[in-house]
Amino acid sequence: MAEIPVLKIGDCLLVSIQVDMHDRLAMELQDDLTNRIVSERARGVMIDISALEIVDSFIGRMLNNIAAMSRVLDAVTVVVGMRPAVAITLVELGLSLTGVQTALNVDKGLALIRKAIGGQEGALGRQEG
Amino acid sequence: MAKRGRLVVKKGETIAVRSSDDVVRARQAVRARAIEAGFGIVDQTKLVTAASEIARNTVDYGGGGTLLIEIVREGARRGVQLTFSDNGPGIADLKMAMTDGYTTGGGLGLGLSGAKRLSNEFSIESAPGKGTTVTLARWKL
Repeated sequence: MAEIPVLKIGDCLLVSIQVDMHDRLAMELQDDLTNRIVSERARGVMIDISALEIVDSFIGRMLNNIAAMSRVLDAVTVVVGMRPAVAITLVELGLSLTGVQTALNVDKGLALIRKAIGGQEGALGRQEG
Repeated sequence: MAKRGRLVVKKGETIAVRSSDDVVRARQAVRARAIEAGFGIVDQTKLVTAASEIARNTVDYGGGGTLLIEIVREGARRGVQLTFSDNGPGIADLKMAMTDGYTTGGGLGLGLSGAKRLSNEFSIESAPGKGTTVTLARWKL
């Protein structure tokens, strides 16, 4: 069965979803990423969805869950590369990805993660935006 | 589900919707028909997303069922009509089921209400013990 590779770059994990995910695969990715955040001591997670043709409520929930889990594990999640048609559809579907930070592309996503990690150094708590 | 004045342009295909792999296949089949009907990328995405929501409901709540995909014409406009049928336990309170955020399954409760917003036409027939049939259509704008 297809698996979605999770790449480690420095203290960040990078996932690029290149397949039309069925629900079980989405759940596996969620579990896999959560485990890898701890085992790799990752501070940032970047999820590239530029190849995804749709984001329905199930995939949206997965993205929300990954962001929430990484947050309690002291990591920052950024979703990058959402297609315009997917964004339009998400809003009409009624899915607000509250708690999920987004960026237009991988470069901007990485900058966002760097800023979030750097900005909290020496601080006891973190402000969530 | 034939409506007065609506012609089925192309004989529909019926596909099984029994597993989460079938949900993926249903999405791909709906996308192919939407492209065939001349839909632009946004309309394709909305229809496929609506199909994904209802197909998942058919699997998770209806115990599996079927999807009929048809390209339809009404006057000058063309569209794609989807009919999801299952013989599952049915829905006792349709009004409640159509409410944003209401779920009995631990999801986000956006499936039915969201799919309705993404469709130009949406109807649902269900009763306890009688299964559920959801028909939705989107027109090429």
